[in-house]
Amino acid sequence: MLFLPELFLLGGCLILFFITLGEDKGTVAKNMTIAIGLGLSILCVAGINNSGTLFYGAYEVNFYSQFFKLIIALGMTFVVFLSPDLKGVNNKVKAEYYLFMVLSVLGLVMLMSSAELLTLFISLELSSFALYLMVPMRDDSTGERRQMEAAIKYVMFGVISTGAMLFGMSYLFGLTGTTYFVELVPKVHGMFATNNVALLAVLLVLVGFFYKLAIFPFHFWVPDVYEGASNATTAFIATVPKIGAVAIMIRIVTLANPEYSSWLVGILMIAAVASMFYGNLSALVQTDIKRMLGFSGIAHAGFVLLGLLTMDELGYSRATFYIIGYLLMNLACFLVICNVSVKGENVSRDDLMGLYKRSPFLALVLLVGMFALAGIPPFVGFIGKFMLLTGALQAGHLTLVVLAALNTAIAIFYYLSVVRVAFTADPGDLADVEVGFSTRAVGVILMVVIVYMGVAPNFILDVASQAMKVIM
Amino acid sequence: MELIISEGQHLLSWLIFIPLIGAGLLFVTPGEENQRRLALVVTTFNAILSLKLWTGFNVATADFQFGERLCWIPSLNIEYALGIDGISILLVMLTTFIMPLCVLGSWTYISKRVKEFMICLLIMETAMVGVFCSLDFILFYVFWEMMLIPMYLLIAIWGGPRKQYASIKFFLYTLAGSVMLLVAIIALYLANDYSWYIPDMMDQAYSKNFQLWVFGAFFLAFAIKVPMFPFHTWLPAAHVEAPGAGSVILASVLLKMGTYGFLRFCLPITPQATVALVPYVLWLSVAGILYGGFTALAQSDMKKLIAYSSVGHMGFVTLGIFVLNKNGVEGALIQMVNHGITTGALFLMISMIYERTHSREIKDHCGLAYNLPIFVTFLTIFSLSSLGFPATNSFIGEFLILVGTFGHNKIIAGAAIPGAVLAAAYMLRLLQYVLFKGKGRTDITDLNFRECVTLLPLVVFVFWIGLAPEPFMNVMHTSVEFLLNQVHSSQAVAALALH
Repeated sequence: MLFLPELFLLGGCLILFFITLGEDKGTVAKNMTIAIGLGLSILCVAGINNSGTLFYGAYEVNFYSQFFKLIIALGMTFVVFLSPDLKGVNNKVKAEYYLFMVLSVLGLVMLMSSAELLTLFISLELSSFALYLMVPMRDDSTGERRQMEAAIKYVMFGVISTGAMLFGMSYLFGLTGTTYFVELVPKVHGMFATNNVALLAVLLVLVGFFYKLAIFPFHFWVPDVYEGASNATTAFIATVPKIGAVAIMIRIVTLANPEYSSWLVGILMIAAVASMFYGNLSALVQTDIKRMLGFSGIAHAGFVLLGLLTMDELGYSRATFYIIGYLLMNLACFLVICNVSVKGENVSRDDLMGLYKRSPFLALVLLVGMFALAGIPPFVGFIGKFMLLTGALQAGHLTLVVLAALNTAIAIFYYLSVVRVAFTADPGDLADVEVGFSTRAVGVILMVVIVYMGVAPNFILDVASQAMKVIM
Repeated sequence: MELIISEGQHLLSWLIFIPLIGAGLLFVTPGEENQRRLALVVTTFNAILSLKLWTGFNVATADFQFGERLCWIPSLNIEYALGIDGISILLVMLTTFIMPLCVLGSWTYISKRVKEFMICLLIMETAMVGVFCSLDFILFYVFWEMMLIPMYLLIAIWGGPRKQYASIKFFLYTLAGSVMLLVAIIALYLANDYSWYIPDMMDQAYSKNFQLWVFGAFFLAFAIKVPMFPFHTWLPAAHVEAPGAGSVILASVLLKMGTYGFLRFCLPITPQATVALVPYVLWLSVAGILYGGFTALAQSDMKKLIAYSSVGHMGFVTLGIFVLNKNGVEGALIQMVNHGITTGALFLMISMIYERTHSREIKDHCGLAYNLPIFVTFLTIFSLSSLGFPATNSFIGEFLILVGTFGHNKIIAGAAIPGAVLAAAYMLRLLQYVLFKGKGRTDITDLNFRECVTLLPLVVFVFWIGLAPEPFMNVMHTSVEFLLNQVHSSQAVAALALH
């Protein structure tokens, strides 16, 4: 029973695999993927209170893991809905595309339950390799083979950071003689006061997830991959794996002993500030919306670190809240990108000109998404940011908070410039955008949840903090 | 300071959320004419409902009245706390009363996307009333920032030719100003036993250094909103490009939020810092008065002229606030209301004439007295009110402020006097051109019934406040006295601690 969601996903993958054997089975695969996503969500909800261990303690099912699994399942379902016809991906490989997406989700779902370093590593790689394969699956419309460049970069940086992570894991094993989190935590805590290698080991393991979350200086893949991958792929890469990354980063940060962590906190702080400034300043000059969102993602990842570096349950649950909010806000923006793009090409700022007249609905979604990312109330971006700032100031990091607040002011400019183009520019000869019913429904759901989480964050926050209590 | 809870009434909540409900209804209402009517009904109903504040207000206490206090986000101790005192009641009522006039004023002015326009107006009303009623700092901040989005859209969609530039400038300026406000709020929360409750924050004694930092953050946010010289540059652009109703909201209500912020937060929460920085703020105010006056004198665009005159008028308001005596602060408060009435009316009139001629240049509107008697009558009344003519509302406000300033510092008062003369100069210049210069245009019609109805209530208030200000002053006496007490007693405490 505990393993049911994973078995279900595995079964789904097998069916998808058989579907890929046929010709042009994109639509079938899509419907199958939606069914898998919804089924997985239902299984996660049904099993949300399950707890227990499997495989000799290497696999742990608890509220923490089930909560994140649910978010991942919902995130995947949304992504499939965002781009129903999967523009920009060749018809021949559409079915395979969905197969890899589900495989990647399987990896992430297993990652959430990994209670042991090797399991964690294998799950992470399963999800990463599927992602590596999704990036080049794009029609070569420009003839520049951009998607290949993106894929290579994604793989190369991925491999390097994975290497660093493995190296760190080997240190952890060498120091403690175990790979199980349950045993690692007390042992590493004990060493933290005296042994700098423990700090190094934790940092190295974190690097692997810095890469996933795109934190400076492990962000180099972001702009090119965001730009080179098809719109739907970017929507997936930009959201779902980041949830997984935050979930595991929290577990790894708990390895560090909060009493002797001034170095770790300092490093996280520098990474946070550098990510925010780098992301926001670079985003200012972008014209490709996906690239811009990529850089803005780096800045948001910096914000998430604010929650981690307080090293307490409150901070972790706020970081979780923030990343869930980020998922929703980003999906709202990608919904617009996927639908404005006619043949799956990238969307530049000029393509959004006069969107307000061409499709008032999409313009509204864009407005909500962008202002939420910018952190304007009453949207979720504001309350999330505000809680992280409060937590960081409470922990005494005044300079950090002031710098983060400054970044909010910088960021508003590029978000606003997108909104400006959509609402005030003349559409010229750009065609109207038709929006289907399912897209409309997803858009409405996203907007409602963004506002709901913004004005009534209690529920998600309570659930998140309950989940954090399980692992602390 | 206590909060007087009104059991089972929730009057303030209704005032805040009726417009929002109205916006929801508008969303599903078909037909432009119906949408206009619905918006008018909602805003008028809200205005009438706000009369209950007036009748139920107890002038003998400085406590917050019509209070509501609920838990909103327990994990952060954020509350949903509302209440008004003698400082905010007039501003709440100004907001609820100006909104129906905005709807009426844009009845034909706005011809495209009426539904969206009215929804923006109603959301604005929710946010504005919310700002004046909030007693929880986060609630306040949420309303404060939320306002930017509908206001941005009002300028960006329905604005004039340079709307892109103006809307962006408005948004960036105000948002940049308030990010540090958030940091200051969080710092106050931590210093205040993890509570965002504003009255509690007033009762704490913070170190002077801390106060100076907090004051700095507050000042930046509020000075941009007022706007005080030299932070005023967003205002003319936004005013000129905004649609008529947008200008009215900007001038009548949004600018008041800055000065309201000074009164509600700077003075009681950071009294020592306030007193220490008074000279600088006063001179900035004088600079604003003179700068606004001289610049207004040089304008050929009527809307720009009024916009710059706003900078001058708001200079008087900040002057009155920071002389920190009873006459000054009461004068500032009544002047806030006056400016809302008079400048709002002038902007409404400009949008009426713009509808007819599609120009705002003074030279296109010469000699209107010959053919538009009703229009020029109204214009004369409001212009005289704007320059502070005796028997009109602004005279009371400016007079009190100057009396207060003389009581504080004669040199500063002397420096501000030319501002009043300048106001006369630029308004009379406008009047002279528009009324009598040249032959006059025959191709435009005079004000119609709807437009007269829009302006009449404002005329009533111009003379009511001008001739019998007592009812309006009565509500603020106790609160102002209490506020000044807060400021000055903290000085005494600090002096005592020093010895």
